Amino acid sequence: MDDVKQIIIDYIRKEFLEDDSDMEINENTSLISSGIVDSFSMVSLKTFLEKKYKIQIPDTKATPEAFDSVKHIMSLLKEYVNI
Amino acid sequence: MAYGSKAKEFYQNELKNIATAGLSKEERYIRSPQGADIKVEFPQGAPEMEVINFCANNYLGLSSHPEVIKAAHQGLDNRGYGMSSVRFICGTQDIHRELERKLTEFLKTEDTILFPSCMDANAGVFDVLLDREDAMIADKLVHASIVDGMRLCKAQQYVYKHSNMDHLKEKLKESQENRLRMIITDGVFSMDGDIAKLDTICDLAEKYDAMVLVDDSHSTGFVGKTGRGTHEHCGVIGRIDIITTTLGKALGGASGGCVSGRKEIVDLLRQRARPYLFSNTVPPVIVSAASKVLDIISRTTERRDKLEKNTLYFRKKMTEAGFDIKEGIHPIAPIMLYNAKLSSDIARDLYYEGIYVIGFFFPVVPRGEARIRVQISADHEMTHLNKAIEAFTKIGRKYDILGKNKKEIIEKYGM
Repeated sequence: MDDVKQIIIDYIRKEFLEDDSDMEINENTSLISSGIVDSFSMVSLKTFLEKKYKIQIPDTKATPEAFDSVKHIMSLLKEYVNI
Repeated sequence: MAYGSKAKEFYQNELKNIATAGLSKEERYIRSPQGADIKVEFPQGAPEMEVINFCANNYLGLSSHPEVIKAAHQGLDNRGYGMSSVRFICGTQDIHRELERKLTEFLKTEDTILFPSCMDANAGVFDVLLDREDAMIADKLVHASIVDGMRLCKAQQYVYKHSNMDHLKEKLKESQENRLRMIITDGVFSMDGDIAKLDTICDLAEKYDAMVLVDDSHSTGFVGKTGRGTHEHCGVIGRIDIITTTLGKALGGASGGCVSGRKEIVDLLRQRARPYLFSNTVPPVIVSAASKVLDIISRTTERRDKLEKNTLYFRKKMTEAGFDIKEGIHPIAPIMLYNAKLSSDIARDLYYEGIYVIGFFFPVVPRGEARIRVQISADHEMTHLNKAIEAFTKIGRKYDILGKNKKEIIEKYGM
């Protein structure tokens, strides 16, 4: 489970933060309201999770609330994969 | 009545949330033609004020140019007001095709198709050209209309960090399995005024076999030596497959947009692009005026050259005055203030000094990146520019931000 958490954090850091960013990201960091992840990049994150865990997350479940923190993303993932 | 209390309360609540978050947009009534000097009623009901406009996309100052107005009148007199039709039924006049030919010649592409707006062009282009097995690889900061257009398309989405060519390369490698691929970028990014690295993008596109789409709305008419756009500025004329752009900014500023590029692509859009097929044709009055704009800017680079001179002067003087400005050469000059309230307070104070500018903050720009976006025009004379520089300096002194860098401004006002 910690591995999954780290995988998500690493992806967000690599894909959405600038290389020189010193922003801390933990499981409770607000991703959407802080502007780290916007609706545009949320699609990339969803696609990444679907590919990585070979699942399909319905669009109705991919809400800004569900992606607003790593913790929320983990809860969403748990519905589709055993982590 | 279907519009019951449930819906009413829901919408009232939404409006309240927007207002509480300080994100309500309020229109200011302009009581004169668009130009450097305008008459504004703000707030609503307040006495009319004469101010200098520094927030229009009227880059070449052609919005109210006498020759353009005359051409609009001629369009109205000779071809009527409306066409009451989409293009392919009975909405195509000779002047529509003539304008498309002029745009093709000006942009140095193979063909052009007009759309009711560039928003429509961007909304319609992706869905026609790409499908489920294809990939769209977009800069993170592309315009909202491109984001919407991409949402309407089934192709897989990849996003690369803003102007980060290494990240783009990674995405091109990741999407290698997709059938067709398209790199998507703005030519000039509207909030920072920075120019896409089109030379590197074209090199990567060729290496990894991807098409390139550029939205050049903030460039067409004035970026590049003869104003063709960012493809001219970056030396990649002929290497951009698709250019989307607008008639609603430098090219007269009324409305209308287009997709210009490879012949087959334009032909296919004419068959299948939904905003083209199901939306009314661009009215003759606009077509006629836009055609005149292209004649003017093809005849001489005088306005484009004046805009460049104005821009460099304003940027230099504002930097010397101690403002923190995003570097660049574009007439979008972002005066960085970082704090949202500070940006709206300064914009308000400037209005009462006779300078019309707007503060931009989250969600239009990232949190902590609030700024005033000044837009220079060829309509501005030295007196306009100097008055703005003086007013900015006066207000900057009031808020004690002159000579302060990002860290110091944030320390003083917070993010």
